[in-house]
Amino acid sequence: MKYTKHLLLPLLLLLNGCSSLEPWVKPYERAHLADPIMSFSRDPVSSAYYGHVYQVREGARGAEGGHGGGCGCN
Amino acid sequence: MAATDKEVRRIMDHCCQAMVWAGILSVVLVLLLTSLPAVSGVLPEDRADALYHSYDGGGVEVTGPSYLIRKGDNKRFSGSINYYADSITSASVDVITQGSPYNESRTQWSGSLDYMHADTTMTVSYGNSDESDYTADTYGFSISQSMFGDLTTVSLGYSYGNDDITSNVNPDLDQDAEHKNYHISLTQILTKNLLLSLNYDGVTDQGYLQNPYRNVLVLNDPLDPAAGANFNTPERYPRTRTSNAMSASFLYYLPYRASMKLFYRYYTDDWDIDAHTAQISYTHPWRDRWIFDASFRYYEQTEADFYADLFLFPDQQNFMARDKELSEFKDYTAGFGVTYNVFKQGWGHLDKATINLRYDHIWFNYDNFTDVKNGVIPPQADTYDFTADVIQLFASVWY
Repeated sequence: MKYTKHLLLPLLLLLNGCSSLEPWVKPYERAHLADPIMSFSRDPVSSAYYGHVYQVREGARGAEGGHGGGCGCN
Repeated sequence: MAATDKEVRRIMDHCCQAMVWAGILSVVLVLLLTSLPAVSGVLPEDRADALYHSYDGGGVEVTGPSYLIRKGDNKRFSGSINYYADSITSASVDVITQGSPYNESRTQWSGSLDYMHADTTMTVSYGNSDESDYTADTYGFSISQSMFGDLTTVSLGYSYGNDDITSNVNPDLDQDAEHKNYHISLTQILTKNLLLSLNYDGVTDQGYLQNPYRNVLVLNDPLDPAAGANFNTPERYPRTRTSNAMSASFLYYLPYRASMKLFYRYYTDDWDIDAHTAQISYTHPWRDRWIFDASFRYYEQTEADFYADLFLFPDQQNFMARDKELSEFKDYTAGFGVTYNVFKQGWGHLDKATINLRYDHIWFNYDNFTDVKNGVIPPQADTYDFTADVIQLFASVWY
């Protein structure tokens, strides 16, 4: 908790400059990023299944990335 | 092992940590929402998937379908519905040593609705999971904001789950459990070939968190291990659990048309389980119609502080568990996938269609969970290990 107030001020100062930030990768430079192979979760139905396979057999849960957590199926 | 003041303080610290981070990110999001010019976001693509899944390992077979349909109005709304079913045949090591093989089924319905306004997307979701002795309802809300010319996307999410637990062998058992999940994620375009995704999930559980069918292994005579052991003492878990999980993924577009993903996750909870997960994935398109995937995943965890492979007394501790998922173990997964694009230019109302096959082989190696099927007890019994085959066959269409 004691670190929180020390974090907030620099964060707010940082945010103050956000609106003037220029995108350093222009929209016309994003052809590679738009390729389907650059998706963190190309097939949501498959990602959700992988999440379920591991969640019921491992102690860890959450932050899988690519799909939401919490299906309530412990 | 009663819950001491120290443990209570530790649980409170975990909760406070999660709330502080959620608070900070909320401030960030609100400030950005009010300070940035509107840039139009993107709703998920309209698509439908039909998947058949099969898991076979450790005496457990689970098969079933999953159907996912998503449709939007191409402007502001997009909705999805998912039906998922498991058909389970279990003769696992726990079932063999403590009961008899069984069959059961589980069905799960879930739906979500996205609403997009400028570069903000809000999502509400609901899910229901139902089996003969376990019913779960989950309600979720999340808000996602893209910013800095769509270089950055920040998402905040909250979900609440309520479970009703009964027993097929004990008609008097009627318990419940609550789950609260706080989610924060950030996706960042770093260069024209590199993406970063950071994720955090804080989860708190309260209520009946144990398995009503599983027992712990206890010596018949604590002074004479040669007298054997029994499974007459039910597991007893704490009624609260708080966990924190953080992950980072890098996705890189290689100099030729292919991509590589690196993933790492750190997990910790107040049951003393610490876990590390690492994964490397490679995706390689071939000609116009094929995409090949290969991946390797590593996972390791420490054991819960109330876990033991063998207990000396039935009342040795307040909390006692012999669930192998709470023990110290490692697992490794080698995966392979292939996608075939059916149409080159679309067909009628369909923009695209694919047929997909994924196969994963998992090795589970337990460090402190022994196989007592043959009546040999720890420390003479061998540590348990098994392998599993996981298959997914699915078809997807975009429209």
